[in-house]
Amino acid sequence: MAGGKVLAAAMLAAALLIAGPAFLSSYWVGLLTQVLIFAILAMSLDILLGYTGLPSLGHAGIFGVAAYTVAVFSTAHDVGFWGCVIGGIVVGTLLSAALGLLVSHVRDVYFLMMTLALGMVLWGVSYRWIPVTGGDNGISGIPRLEAHAGLPMAGPVPFYYVTLSIFAVCGALMALLVSSPFGFTLRGIRENESRMKSLGFNTWLHCYLSYVTSGAFASVSGVLWAYYNGFVSPTYLDLTASSELFLMVTLGGPGTLAGPVLGAGAIVLLKNVISAYTQRWLFILGTVYIVTIFCAPQGLWNLWNSPRRRASSRT
Amino acid sequence: MTYLVTQTLNGLFSAALLFLMASGLTLVFGVMRIANIAHGSFYMLGVYVASRIITRTGSLVVGALVAVVTVAAVGFGMQRLFLRRFASRPLAQMMMTMGFALLFRDAAFMIWGGDPFTLAYPAALGGSIQAGDIVFPVYRLFVIFVAALVGAVLWALNEKTLIGAKLRAAVDDPEMAAAIGINVALVSALVFAAGAGLAAFGGVMGGPIVGGYPGMDVDLLPLAFVVVIIGGMGSLKGAMVGAVVVGLIDNFGKALVPELSYFTLFAPMIIVLALKPTGLYGRG
Repeated sequence: MAGGKVLAAAMLAAALLIAGPAFLSSYWVGLLTQVLIFAILAMSLDILLGYTGLPSLGHAGIFGVAAYTVAVFSTAHDVGFWGCVIGGIVVGTLLSAALGLLVSHVRDVYFLMMTLALGMVLWGVSYRWIPVTGGDNGISGIPRLEAHAGLPMAGPVPFYYVTLSIFAVCGALMALLVSSPFGFTLRGIRENESRMKSLGFNTWLHCYLSYVTSGAFASVSGVLWAYYNGFVSPTYLDLTASSELFLMVTLGGPGTLAGPVLGAGAIVLLKNVISAYTQRWLFILGTVYIVTIFCAPQGLWNLWNSPRRRASSRT
Repeated sequence: MTYLVTQTLNGLFSAALLFLMASGLTLVFGVMRIANIAHGSFYMLGVYVASRIITRTGSLVVGALVAVVTVAAVGFGMQRLFLRRFASRPLAQMMMTMGFALLFRDAAFMIWGGDPFTLAYPAALGGSIQAGDIVFPVYRLFVIFVAALVGAVLWALNEKTLIGAKLRAAVDDPEMAAAIGINVALVSALVFAAGAGLAAFGGVMGGPIVGGYPGMDVDLLPLAFVVVIIGGMGSLKGAMVGAVVVGLIDNFGKALVPELSYFTLFAPMIIVLALKPTGLYGRG
């Protein structure tokens, strides 16, 4: 790809994102906020799925635990804003540090099955640990971010800009990460782990760090989501949530950071627009899955951006 | 003591259902190297189809037969028409099964609605038997027995017949197997269909107790995955042992600490994977 073109496109996208609220109704500003939150989450999954080649099907679990932490802290324990934010990120990151110990030595289909099982364990805890999580009813009454943080203004537009800045910071950090030597090592592991091993890389540690980093960014997104939504429930960490997320990455383009953002935008918009007309969201999601694999196995972004498509999907 | 025995029998009942599901899952993994995420959907479709047939004919046997055949046919079609195109690309295949899992769930909801139901007990197996002060429903014992029988038949098929030999050859080395004239693609499709049928059979067997409800497809799926992970992927014996371990632990866990029911599965998985990363009977 030509560097100049990418830069121009990025500038244009940034300008649109910054100026957006001036033209959009508050409904669309809210939707755009949602897109950005899920874009952070999808990018974080892509570190694992696209860059390291580890297909995680339990990523919504970590996102959900961070969101639950904010909910529990702010409603049951009256913790202040920074306590909630840092608490959510720390709990989510520690959780992925613990789960990472279990999954970092397995690959491919084993990784997928184990993360799916662990994700369902987290879902089960949120669903059944009723005294803390409220079970199926979830937890409502999470304060608005603006009020909780003591910002002088309130409403969807300030929240949007808060999200946009966090999105920009996270996106920049992840871009640095994937273009660092560490990021290239991850790609090396994706392409040929035994070669990386024989070159002297500690591949277990790299996979582990990749998992924890990805979990940390997912936690950031979970914290934002708790504040955005004002409500958490087990549906945000179930298998459907994880597979939606998985689709955001694969539809957008694994192994790029722009792809997941595109995918998150497509899925969130599709979900919200379609929900206005029909109840059949799962059906559509399933269809999009199948069509994606047939028509754009490397994702939309790669479809447009690399005429010399990479050798088709590795696992 | 009574409590212990009853809970153990209940655990074995869950193990029986889990085995019916996990055996298909593990066999499919053996030949295709994928985790079939739509496997829970086959289990769900089984009980839904059976329930419609049973309301028409009144016979659990007919219902079970029709359900197994129908779901196996669905599995066969899915493998031949969709998954086969992506042979040797496991991730694409798994995503495909994920897409199908979503489709099936919504389709079941669309066709049959969201009301939970249970199948009627077959008349001959309605009561319960008593030994000392232990009272246990006959039907649950029957299911445990049937699952053991299925296990024995599968083992015999796999070890003692020509089909089993071809299957094992396809698992061990698909390219060599194809080179000596085994139609590996067809074997894969048949195994996939058989796995779907077994899962559907599990759904029907659980029907009088677990019944059918929206979301049942993902309720048992993680448990079945844990069974396969513990037992070792691709191993029938592993599925059997794993099912018993998971069935018992899940059952006692639910009885003792209901809040953390999924959580109790964690422990055996961690221990087994720490000691033997490929599972109890998996080949490294």
